[in-house]
Amino acid sequence: MTARPTSLVSLLLALISAAIVITIGLSFAGISVSSVFANLWLGAAGDAYRLSETAVKACPLLFTGLAVMLALHAGLWNIGAEGQLLLGALATAWVGQYIAALSSALAIVIVVAVSLSAGFLWAGCAAYLKQKHNVNEVISTLMLNFVAVYLVSYSVHGPLMEVAGQYPQTNPLPVTATLPRLFPPARFHLGILLALVVALTVWIFLFRTKAGFRLRATGANPTAARFAGIAVEREVTIAFVLSGALAGLAGGIEVSGITQRVYEKFSPGYGYTAIAVALVGQRSPVGVVLAALFFGALDAGASAVQRTVGVSSVLASVIQAIVVLFLAAYSTDTIQRLISRISTRFALLLLVGVAFLCSH
Amino acid sequence: MDFLVTLLTNGGALLHSTLVAATPLLLAALGETIVQRAGVINIGLEGILLIGAFAGVTTCYMSGSPLLGMLVGALSGLLFALLFAGLTIGLSADQIVVGVSLNLLAAGITGVLYRGIFGVTGQAVQVTTFAPISLPFLGTFPVFGPALFQHTALVYLAIALVPLCTFFLFQLRAGLQLQAVGEHPHAAETLGISVRKVRTFALAMEGLLGGIAGSYLSLAYSNTFIEGMSAGRGFIALAIVIFGRWNPSGALWGALFFGAATALQFHLQALGSEIPYQFVLMLPYVLTILALVLLKTHTSAPAALGQPYNRE
Repeated sequence: MTARPTSLVSLLLALISAAIVITIGLSFAGISVSSVFANLWLGAAGDAYRLSETAVKACPLLFTGLAVMLALHAGLWNIGAEGQLLLGALATAWVGQYIAALSSALAIVIVVAVSLSAGFLWAGCAAYLKQKHNVNEVISTLMLNFVAVYLVSYSVHGPLMEVAGQYPQTNPLPVTATLPRLFPPARFHLGILLALVVALTVWIFLFRTKAGFRLRATGANPTAARFAGIAVEREVTIAFVLSGALAGLAGGIEVSGITQRVYEKFSPGYGYTAIAVALVGQRSPVGVVLAALFFGALDAGASAVQRTVGVSSVLASVIQAIVVLFLAAYSTDTIQRLISRISTRFALLLLVGVAFLCSH
Repeated sequence: MDFLVTLLTNGGALLHSTLVAATPLLLAALGETIVQRAGVINIGLEGILLIGAFAGVTTCYMSGSPLLGMLVGALSGLLFALLFAGLTIGLSADQIVVGVSLNLLAAGITGVLYRGIFGVTGQAVQVTTFAPISLPFLGTFPVFGPALFQHTALVYLAIALVPLCTFFLFQLRAGLQLQAVGEHPHAAETLGISVRKVRTFALAMEGLLGGIAGSYLSLAYSNTFIEGMSAGRGFIALAIVIFGRWNPSGALWGALFFGAATALQFHLQALGSEIPYQFVLMLPYVLTILALVLLKTHTSAPAALGQPYNRE
């Protein structure tokens, strides 16, 4: 599960390949390639406000990406980040009703704690099913995702529906429970800094503590880990519930930082995109930060492309998917062997050559 | 109690909409059953449905023929499944990663193309749909005639495929070889069965079936395309496969059960029931988890499910 020396080369190749495929696709459709890429860039990083938007879009992807990555280090796929995020968001909206009178700091701490716990418990269901009943976690979390979707739907139509009763959505969080914006009017909020702190914490946990080592040993080789005296089942459970807690936090922070409310279709699939983020991030916390920023930039940029060029903003999903598909292909043993057969220097030369051709 | 009485009198209509809702689930679940029997998990089924729905609508819009739409829908499903096969079978890439990415890709591509082709007029594109066929004699029965025997051709096709798939999997040599590949690929390979070919074949079948299921959504279930209109049906099909214990006939019961939940939800809403419809919709997922726990269904899962195969 550790990154291979050639993994950065694979990533670069994947990015270049994706750029080529997108270029070909857009040219076929008769859309100006340069204006799409220019507007992607302007929309993501054109000015301070756009940069802030990139960070805003990256925030939930960073939390959920870290969640998926953490489970991956223990050898598990957490396909359930989507459901855990929804539960975290829902729990935040629920607790929001009771904390209006508290001080802001205390209210925010409660939001963090409640959303963490909701994700923790939701993932705990899947972990329990896996350990006690041998239910595959990919299947159980997929099912739990849909249960979460309908729980949200029920709550916003029923017990948590706004007092105004006009739309199927929850009441806005009390002002005390909302995360402060650091550079208004930009939406850059405190939660983004918290996400970076969490990334650092996850890094320290995984690579600088004994508990993190046990977890990684379990993922790298469960049989060997068991012989070394590690309680593999326990590690798997710990990794999974921690992963769920991070995904739940993603939901809480998104409500508290951006949306203030929960409604149906609250998440445009953050939990699923998180799998791509963890993969592009090469399973390292720093990598996940960069990957989340990259994906957030694509989301922010694609909105600008929709406004100016008229190409639907789901273009971002297309680019993200193509990058990940190429990366998955280039990370396989077959292609890795091919890459290492070519000397690194030659590969770099090739990259520069392709980049040169692309720019013309 | 009032609504229960109404419900019973509406039994015929309920049965009819159950079959209508079950058909795409059944087609997709049959495809996934074949694929999982060969030892592959394809989470990208949701994307195949979406691609099939979009290709179906676009072709039907251009040509005016729902049948041609379905064929192109099936072929685009096939193409998408072969992309999955190339990556996971050809290169042994991770099945979960590729599946999730293909779903993302399908959602993106159909969204971009829909806007590109049909623009944003605010009005959804409308196409001619499959007309229901009343079966001779059977269709004239009271209540059961309209409920069971006045459906579009695809409904009959889906149900006819159940015994066909059972025959293929359990009677034909090719089907038994496919199962061997899912249970023990290395042993199968020493017997001269090409694991790669068998798995690619299984995925091709799923692509065709998933593509047809998708085009059913846009050409029979509705008459238009909406972004993300597969609405999780590919994932429900995954649940149905487990629910049906990897058997085509089990898939039929599973699909009918999930279809009934969908149909019941609409009827309950229409009848002004007190039961929140979300709980009716949630039920199948909860029951799938319960089934996994209580029925120990995982013991009937193919032994090599989800494991990439390397020849050395």
